[in-house]
Order: sequence, then structure tokens, then C-alpha cells
Amino acid sequence: MPGAIHAEGLVKTFGDVKALDGVDLDVPEGTVLGLLGPNGAGKTTAVRCLTTLLRPDRGKAVVAGIDVLERPDAVRRSIGLSGQFAAVDEYLTGRENLQMVGQLYRMRARAAKARADELLEQFHLADAADRTAKTYSGGMRRRLDLAAALVVSPPVMFMDEPTTGLDPRNRQELWGVIKELVSGGTTLLLTTQYLEEADHLAHDIAVVDHGRVIAQGTSDQLKARTGGERVEVVVHERQRIQEASALLDRFGLPGPGRGGTQVEEHMRKITTPVSGGAKLLAEIIRELDVRGIEIDDIGLRRPTLDDVFLSLTGHAPATEGEDGERPGAGRGGTGQGRPHRKETAQ
Amino acid sequence: MSAVTDAVRIAAPGNPLVQSVRDSLIVAKRNLIRMARIPEVIIFGLVQPIMFVVLFSYVFGGSMNIGGTTSPQVYREFLMAGIFAQTVTFATAGAGAGIAEDMHKGLIDRFRSLPMARGAVLTGRTLADLVQTALTLLVLAVVALLVGWRTHTGAGEVLAAFGLLLLSGYAFTWIGAVIGLSVRTPEAATSGGLVWLFPVTFVSNAFVDTDQMTPWLRHIAEWNPFSATVQACRELFGNPGVSTSDAWPMQHPVWASLIWSVLIILFFRTLAVHKYRSAAS
Repeated sequence: MPGAIHAEGLVKTFGDVKALDGVDLDVPEGTVLGLLGPNGAGKTTAVRCLTTLLRPDRGKAVVAGIDVLERPDAVRRSIGLSGQFAAVDEYLTGRENLQMVGQLYRMRARAAKARADELLEQFHLADAADRTAKTYSGGMRRRLDLAAALVVSPPVMFMDEPTTGLDPRNRQELWGVIKELVSGGTTLLLTTQYLEEADHLAHDIAVVDHGRVIAQGTSDQLKARTGGERVEVVVHERQRIQEASALLDRFGLPGPGRGGTQVEEHMRKITTPVSGGAKLLAEIIRELDVRGIEIDDIGLRRPTLDDVFLSLTGHAPATEGEDGERPGAGRGGTGQGRPHRKETAQ
Repeated sequence: MSAVTDAVRIAAPGNPLVQSVRDSLIVAKRNLIRMARIPEVIIFGLVQPIMFVVLFSYVFGGSMNIGGTTSPQVYREFLMAGIFAQTVTFATAGAGAGIAEDMHKGLIDRFRSLPMARGAVLTGRTLADLVQTALTLLVLAVVALLVGWRTHTGAGEVLAAFGLLLLSGYAFTWIGAVIGLSVRTPEAATSGGLVWLFPVTFVSNAFVDTDQMTPWLRHIAEWNPFSATVQACRELFGNPGVSTSDAWPMQHPVWASLIWSVLIILFFRTLAVHKYRSAAS
């Protein structure tokens, strides 16, 4: 049974550029899929194809059980879209914007007005309801845009980089809104460049690069693909490294795809892939203590989605104002002092 | 922050024509609110035709030969139908710029992802422009009366002339819509909407008597859709300078103006809606 959003082999070419190169997606009803990728990976194009804004050259897409290519008008009645740029009229007030959208969803004028008031209240825009959107801050516009996408509580929502350009506080607030929306049963496809965001909001993550889905799974599954957890120990005395390394080896899980225990002599650092988390860490500390091996630092490192991306694509995901590779970032994310510390996973 | 409330049902599709009209009016209202909040656009839209009325009346009046006389009063009455017609065609540029601007803002994605009638975004814009055109014509008629323009027919004929002018102006906004959908910036739509209007409005009977043109130019002028509207208005206002040419549009200017306007609307609206639907901004 296909999910609320289902795509098969979507291809879209703009001139010489293959924006989508055979994208397959499936989002079960009531879940959130995070489409994660750098600028230009094809995330927006995928959203535009699924929301009837763009016709794919090839492929098939079904949203809310309706064929997107055959019945785009019916699809439009079942979706809400919050695009990358706040889609509001700046010369209209917040209330007028929402009322207009409600009426275009064929609500009666009075019902549209009531719904607009309700949304303004929910999105903390009631005080600014009668000011033109031009006077709104970036966060307020985003909230207004999201409110506009939710006028009719569509069963399927698309959000294209909903928090791009927002300050941390506004981002947190928007995350709250999105979580609540999803808890109400809405199916959501969300694109983001922020690994943290996908980690935080999505049940499933599809990593996109050069118009293709290069990996898909839960945040934990993706992290596991990159090598799971590692214990990193920095011993105090260089001559005890071998001893400590042998000890750590006993706790480690060497196996295919795993590097086993690695030693970086000059930094007096030992890294071992493990499973078992914090409990294991306590055991290791005890064992080291029993042997009198002094340590400067010990920690459990979980791979971040940054590491996942790096190991999948060979380059770091572009962040704002920076695209392309990050110099010096080694494959697998260890050893080069990338200080990502992720305490908990979902 | 509770984002989810009782699900609001999305209405089933109704009669497509009713929906199209309703959606167009909703979008028209949005554009009218915008116009009211950016009054500079309307004000500057008025300055230019008023300047033309005054300049043409006083500079050219007295040196133009209309029907064998160079009386300034005769030229003023002759001129007004031309200025009115030119003013309504200039709405093309505004419509084009407005649509070009909309197409490059995020709002168009909202419209295009809503279950609304496909042509409504464009129709709404052209309807709002029609309101602006009507307002401009009203002010212009008052200025024309002040400089000495008079009509010599009944109220019905005068109203019919303004009706034809509005229809013709509405038709031209659809040309503007196609231009707006074909260019990349609102600035290009403004200049692209204006440049070709100069030959169209000058190679016509608007400002001079076509009898004095060289024959090939005169033929163009007489079959120019714009000339039909001007000729029809002159007839309906009872103003001097009605061409006696035996070209069909000059003999039946009201019909010619109506037919031209309807053809322009049909052709350019179809083209514009097609362009809008296939736009992949």
C-alpha cells in the first residue's frame, strides 16, 4: 500500500541540468519525511513536482491517493504548501492574506474570516493582524506563510526549508508548530539543509544529492551506516597507549565496514567502535582505573548527520554561505577533531 | 501554539464558471487593495494623460487641420477621443508589470498550489486594472471638459463610447499579461508594454487626420484596431474629424472596435492562461 506521498522515478531536466535524476520516495500516512541535502541537490524541484507546480519529465507521483500528473486539481485540494520564500502578499495585512487564501479554498467570506482569526491567534500574530505583511519580521512572515498553508488543515503538507533564515528562537518555535501539526495526523514532507532539523522533526530521512536519493532510513539507521557509536580515549602517558588500546579492543566491535580500534599516537588518542552506549563507557572507565591508566579525556561519540552526509557523498553538506567541501574533513569524520557531540538520538 | 484544530473541509469542486468568476473577483480585490495602498501608481498614471491633454490642446491646437479648419477648439474636440483611447491602452504596461512582479514572488506558488481557477490570477489582475482605467478616464474627462471639450450627443451615446473605451482597454491589458508572462523582470514588462504602443497609437487617427497621410500609412492607420475605437468615440461623442474613408472599420467603427476587442481578448487571454499554466518559475 503506497504512502500518503509516493513518487517513482521522478526525472526533471532544466536545460543541461538534471535537477531530478530518478527520485523514489514513499511517506507513510501520518509520518514525516525529511528530505536532506545541500543547495541544488533537487529538494525544491522534488517538492514542486509533488505539489503540481512543476511537471516532471518522467516518473509517477501519487499524493493523498491521487495521481499528481493526471488530476493536479484534485491534488491541490488535499495539500498545503509552505515554500522556501514566504508566499504572502506584502501589501495585504496578515488577516487579509489568510482570508484571501481561505476564500480561494472556497470557504464563505465569513468562515474564511473566522478561520483567519483563529490562525492569527494560534500563530501569535493577533496583535499584528491588521498590519501589512511588509512590516512583519522574517519569523512573523514565516508564521503567516505556515498559517496560510494550514487554512484548511490539509491531510498532506509540504514544507520547503521552513526555517531557513530564521533565528534560533523562531526556529524552535516553528519546530513546535510542526510537531504539533504532525501529532494531529498530518503527513509531512519537509526539506532542509539543517541536519539537526531533520534529526529533530523527521521519522525518516532521505538524503538527496545531485537529484538522487542516495540513502534513506531513520536518523539512527543512517548514523549506524556511518559506523555507529565510538568511544574516544585520550591517555595521559604516551607509553600506556598500547595497553589502553588492547583494553579498548576487548570492548570494541571490529567487523566489516568498521575500522576496529584506531590509534593516533601523536594525539595519544584511541578510537574504538562500540555498541552499548553509556553503560559501556562506565565499564571502560573502571577498567582503565583498575590498571591505573590515567586519561585526559574520554567520550562517547555518536556520528552526526554531518558525518552521515560526508560518508555518503564524500563532501560535506553545504551550509549557508558555504558550499563545496570542507577542507581537512576526513572520511568517516574521526581523527580530524570534528567536535560533533550528539548526546541523544530520537 | 495549537496549529491543528478541527479539520476544515475543503469544498468539492462546483460549477467551473462560477468558481472562475468568484476566484477572479477575490484576486481582483487583492489587487485593488494593493493599488489603494500604493496610490503613487495611480497618481503617476494620471499625470501622463493629463499632460498629453494640456500639451496637445495648447501646442498643436491651432496648427492642425481637421476637416478644413485649424480652429483650436475643433482640434481639442477632435483630440480627446484619441487621448482617451491612448490612455486606456497604456494600462497594458501596468498589467504587464504587475503580473511579471507576481510571477517572481513566492505568492504565485501559493496561488498555483491552491485549488483555484487557473485563469483567476490573471483575470483578477486585469479586472483590477479595468477599475483603475475607469478611474483614470473619469479624471481625464473632467480635465478635458475644463480645457473646452464638449460632447454633442445624448448621454446613451457618450456612455456607449466610454464602454467601448473600457472594453478596448481591457483587451489591451491581456496583451500586457502575455508580455508580463514573457519577460523576466517587471521593469522589462513596463518598457516592453509601452514601446510598441507608440507606433500603434501614433500611426492612427488619434492625433492627426489620416487623410493627410501617405496612402500605405493611411491604410495601416485605418485598419489599426486602435483607430476603430477612436473613430467610434468621435462618432458617439459627436466630435469633429470623423473619417469619411471607405475602409470598413472607418465605416462601421463601433462594430470594428467591438470585434477587435473581443478578438484580442480571446487570443491573448488564451495565450496568457496557457503561459501561466506552463510557467516553471
